[in-house]
Amino acid sequence: MDYLGKYKSAVAARSTSAEVLRCSQDGGIVTSMFLYALEEGIIDGAIVAGQGEKPWQPKPIVATTPEEILSSRGTRYNVCPNMSVLKESVRKYGLDKVGIVGTPCQIQALRKAQLYPVGLRDVCDKIALAMGIFCMENFSYQSMTQIVQDHCNVDLHSLKKTDIGKGKYWAYTNRGAVSQIPLKLTHKYEQPGCHVCLDYVANLADISTGSVGSPDGWSTVFIRNNNGENIWNKAVAAGIFETKPIESVKPGLELVTKLATEKITKNQKELEHRATFGVNKGLRNPYI
Amino acid sequence: MGLLSLIFGKKEKKGPAPKSQEPTAPVSKPIAKEEPKKEERPVANKITVGHVHMSGCTGCLVSLADNYEGLFTILDNYADLVYCLTLADARHIPKMDVALVEGSVCLQDELSVEEIKETREKAAVVVALGGCAAYGNITRFCRGGQWNQPQHEGFVPIGDVIDVDVYIPGCAPCPQQIRNVCVMAYLLLKGTPEQQALAKAYLAPLMALASEGSKATSSEACGCDIMTKVINQGLCMGCGTCATSCPVFAITMEEGKPNIQRDMCIKCGACYAACPRAFFSFDVVNQYENILGIIDGAMNPGGN
Repeated sequence: MDYLGKYKSAVAARSTSAEVLRCSQDGGIVTSMFLYALEEGIIDGAIVAGQGEKPWQPKPIVATTPEEILSSRGTRYNVCPNMSVLKESVRKYGLDKVGIVGTPCQIQALRKAQLYPVGLRDVCDKIALAMGIFCMENFSYQSMTQIVQDHCNVDLHSLKKTDIGKGKYWAYTNRGAVSQIPLKLTHKYEQPGCHVCLDYVANLADISTGSVGSPDGWSTVFIRNNNGENIWNKAVAAGIFETKPIESVKPGLELVTKLATEKITKNQKELEHRATFGVNKGLRNPYI
Repeated sequence: MGLLSLIFGKKEKKGPAPKSQEPTAPVSKPIAKEEPKKEERPVANKITVGHVHMSGCTGCLVSLADNYEGLFTILDNYADLVYCLTLADARHIPKMDVALVEGSVCLQDELSVEEIKETREKAAVVVALGGCAAYGNITRFCRGGQWNQPQHEGFVPIGDVIDVDVYIPGCAPCPQQIRNVCVMAYLLLKGTPEQQALAKAYLAPLMALASEGSKATSSEACGCDIMTKVINQGLCMGCGTCATSCPVFAITMEEGKPNIQRDMCIKCGACYAACPRAFFSFDVVNQYENILGIIDGAMNPGGN
């Protein structure tokens, strides 16, 4: 099993824009990348997690302006079906070059959709940049609400940022209070569908990024293919990112590998468990 | 199905006992088998393809034609269109490598029933092209009484009458999906061993859909598949691919999960086929760049 997927290079990186970093989750990689790609005409727009109706609820939007991309910064730790607007982005918004950010499963869905574009007319050749984000598991909106309100004791309206790291779930309020709970308490709220996922670092993206492996405020970035490499190199040359060799930072790829191995091993066990779930009967295996 | 068992080592279908007198006519050997030597003419290596029109709206054929110059590339380099009432001058179903069948079978239309059986006899590979052929699609809603053949009321997917090898769900399946299957069918029948293996892996899930759909008599697709086979099975992770694949926008994402307006659903099978938790083959999808490159290369034989 290839825990980190194929990649050409890995670096620690962070945006050089103070404005992006002010509200970004970690190194502001996805935000800065899309801002740059939009400005350069590499993409006409990007599918990102905008603001939904309820507090702290994401909603997939087709962002075609820097403002829309900036307002979608940060991780909300609940489900945002980015793939659901893929057809719209091409057919309604008329984009020829689509950027999309997604969790590993969403990027898997994207690549499958490019190969088997059952209902996606004229879409599959218009994916110009697919950014993947590391993902251990995700939560439904209700799950996230219960974690933040019931466990962390923070009202969603005063929530400034949520984070998962160092074995804890963190909730930061607008007034500077910090609340943390052991990650163990959140496990029961995870989406069941996440427990069969065999991808931690978005193996099929052009560029994958996440906080794990790099110091606070920085992100680990995997540049996976030619397309990703071209765009990444241009962006770095344009001064969009500052980078450090991944070997020079702590905790480095060792931790990424460790977590990827943990996730995938655990979920492979879950798939085995599903196969013999009943009495001489199993649950369906999606991987054929 | 000599050819397919040759290529795929297809097992006999499990499931209910076969209906009596199932038409299992011997299949013609493909031209490649009879002429192992390549001819000088590039067309010698083409596969033969037919479009068989059952009870459908011609939208699937239009979708194939909507490959525009890509269709010419396919016809110039890879496939001879030997039967297609709309586009080719042939009145009777000939022997062919691949039959693309559009539309469901009307049980009260003798000719339809005859022709679909004949298609099975004459074609090495039968592809159910689009929702009607694969799952019945909106023809499932017909109750007869319509002009000008009010007695035509029973429409079934072709898998209820014959064995089908490959399903292409969707209404209409998009031009690129049909193109991909055409290229893969060509590679399967005429490619190098490597290309054959790749084509086989690519087509496998669509063949699995077909063998699933040809089972018994309950070969109906609908948005409920997403409910029963994905969400109820604890596999959905809320990516939204089903919603974006639905041709009639019957699926919206509520609280990160698909919500299916069942009254709007036309039973085309697109959502389930598109869902990454319906089928997902790492062998295929991990090679997405390679496969898309092969298809691009095939569609631009002169290079760009």
